[in-house]
Amino acid sequence: MLYLQTFLGFCITIIASIIAAWLFRVLLVRLVGHSTAKFIRTAPLTASFGMLVICMYILCAIFAPLIAPYGEAEILGGGFEPWSSTHLLGTDNLGRDVFTRLIYGARNTVGIAFLITALAFFVGTLLGLYAALKGGIIDQITSRLVDVLMAIPSLIFSLLMLTIFGTSVLSLVIVIAAIDSTRVFRIARAVALTIVHLDYIEAAKLRGERTRYLITREILPNALAPLAAEFGLRFCFVFLMISALSFLGLGLQPPTADWGSMVRDNADLISFGDITPLIPAGAIALLTIAVNFVVDWFLHKASGLKD
Amino acid sequence: MLVKRLALGVLTLILLSLLIFLSVEALPGDLAEAILGQQATPENTAAIRRELGLDLPPWTRYLHWLGGVLQGDFGNSLALRKPIAELIAPRLANTLFLTLYTACIAVPIALILGMAASLFRNSYFDRISNITALSAISMPEFFVGYVMIYFFAISGYFPSMASINAGTPFLEKLYLCFLPALTLTLVVTAHMMRMTRAAIINVLALPYIEMARLKGVKSQRIITAHALPNAIAPIVNVVALNLAYLITGVVIVEIVFVFPGLGQLMVDGVKFRDVPVVQATALIFASAYVGLNLLADIISTISNPRLMRQR
Repeated sequence: MLYLQTFLGFCITIIASIIAAWLFRVLLVRLVGHSTAKFIRTAPLTASFGMLVICMYILCAIFAPLIAPYGEAEILGGGFEPWSSTHLLGTDNLGRDVFTRLIYGARNTVGIAFLITALAFFVGTLLGLYAALKGGIIDQITSRLVDVLMAIPSLIFSLLMLTIFGTSVLSLVIVIAAIDSTRVFRIARAVALTIVHLDYIEAAKLRGERTRYLITREILPNALAPLAAEFGLRFCFVFLMISALSFLGLGLQPPTADWGSMVRDNADLISFGDITPLIPAGAIALLTIAVNFVVDWFLHKASGLKD
Repeated sequence: MLVKRLALGVLTLILLSLLIFLSVEALPGDLAEAILGQQATPENTAAIRRELGLDLPPWTRYLHWLGGVLQGDFGNSLALRKPIAELIAPRLANTLFLTLYTACIAVPIALILGMAASLFRNSYFDRISNITALSAISMPEFFVGYVMIYFFAISGYFPSMASINAGTPFLEKLYLCFLPALTLTLVVTAHMMRMTRAAIINVLALPYIEMARLKGVKSQRIITAHALPNAIAPIVNVVALNLAYLITGVVIVEIVFVFPGLGQLMVDGVKFRDVPVVQATALIFASAYVGLNLLADIISTISNPRLMRQR
């Protein structure tokens, strides 16, 4: 019975998301200007579904205090209350409203993941472009260093680093941004290496332009497309990583609402057939899927593959 | 070529151990203060420092530590006050069991699905499997794990806790570890399938495949007789890379299913800031990861005569 119900629910969800994605694409085409609309019309349904989900998450994160019925860390009664009209998704182990924390989680988890990705990109891209441009000994040293750092699986490395620096938001941000910037460095350097040997870079060098100008004005604009796709992928990795760390109890610390730790705090409920803890976990999965769908479309476009 | 790659691998391992060792040097305070905690007086801190050899210069300690590790001696755990080697041995066996179990299920499924997807490229089968794989990759391991528990453990088909020990009979171990293995399989199969598909499609784009097609060879035969032999190197690479990926995935899954493995030991170590345990487990995970990557490179070099003769 459980399986039949789930299967039916699954089918209905899939159909509903296909319809929603289609409607959203129609809406987008209507709203934006002519040239963008032409581009968006080429988006497959998966990509427009991804865009729809991302928009919803962004709205949730921005307007969290307006949407959420209660305060983020407000204790409202007994623990583990069932779903009801006052508590839409029940309460958690400490008696906080799960729905409220889910909404705030969008702000905290997604916000921090975005911050980390941006930081990793800033550092990684700059160093990568600089190494590719300068070449020689600087390139050798940074590349070998990155090779060694990349030889350690990132989850293991961040666990090691968090043991040393302790678990605070600041050390979380710095540690993961540092680890991920090595991956960004790799990509940025590889992309830049194909660019630095082109004639217009030589010309700019002969003109006597400074390194800073070369990086920001000549190389970066031409490396933007592959880096944008990489940003999406990196965001997914970072997002999954902080969720995993929070799930292990080593990421964002209470009372901050965060999806990973919400799963851990309420995990016991699953054994009683209550799906509440699956909802924040599903929220993580949904956003990553959405971003991946959009990135997949981008990569497909960028690689110029035709079906 | 091969020797060079091996030397590079060994060098990476040495640098890794150095990095893991040095990172602890960055700790505020040192191990002696960490052991004593509240009871740290200057006298007994100094005594413990002498006992642990912390008064020696760092490089002497590094060589000492590395020598110990190579002989299987990882020092003592701070929280449990036991030799780490004793803690690690049974857990390493459990983790290896889970990883191999997963690999046995995941590798054949992934390879078959990946080949099918590349064979029926751009068909509905390919598209749906691509979307499913992309979704599966995007899910956090703990989400998949709890969904498994919800569907298969509550109804009582499989246990939600994989509590095994050294004395558990083999068949029962397979049964107890089924859900964790299935969870890891789902995550890793998606990766492997996509990479297999990409690898074969790359080979299919080469001119000699087009030649075979123009000659009128059936598409099934093109895949098995022409594409596959040349795709072995990338596929082996894919398998090894994913086994390496499995090593980190195992940490989360072990926590979800309360599996007595190495990952759980490491996470507990991080929680109690038990530095020697974290060091030891990180070293094992990282060396396994480096080792598998090295193995992938070596196999793909051996399988390709052109790479073997390259200077």
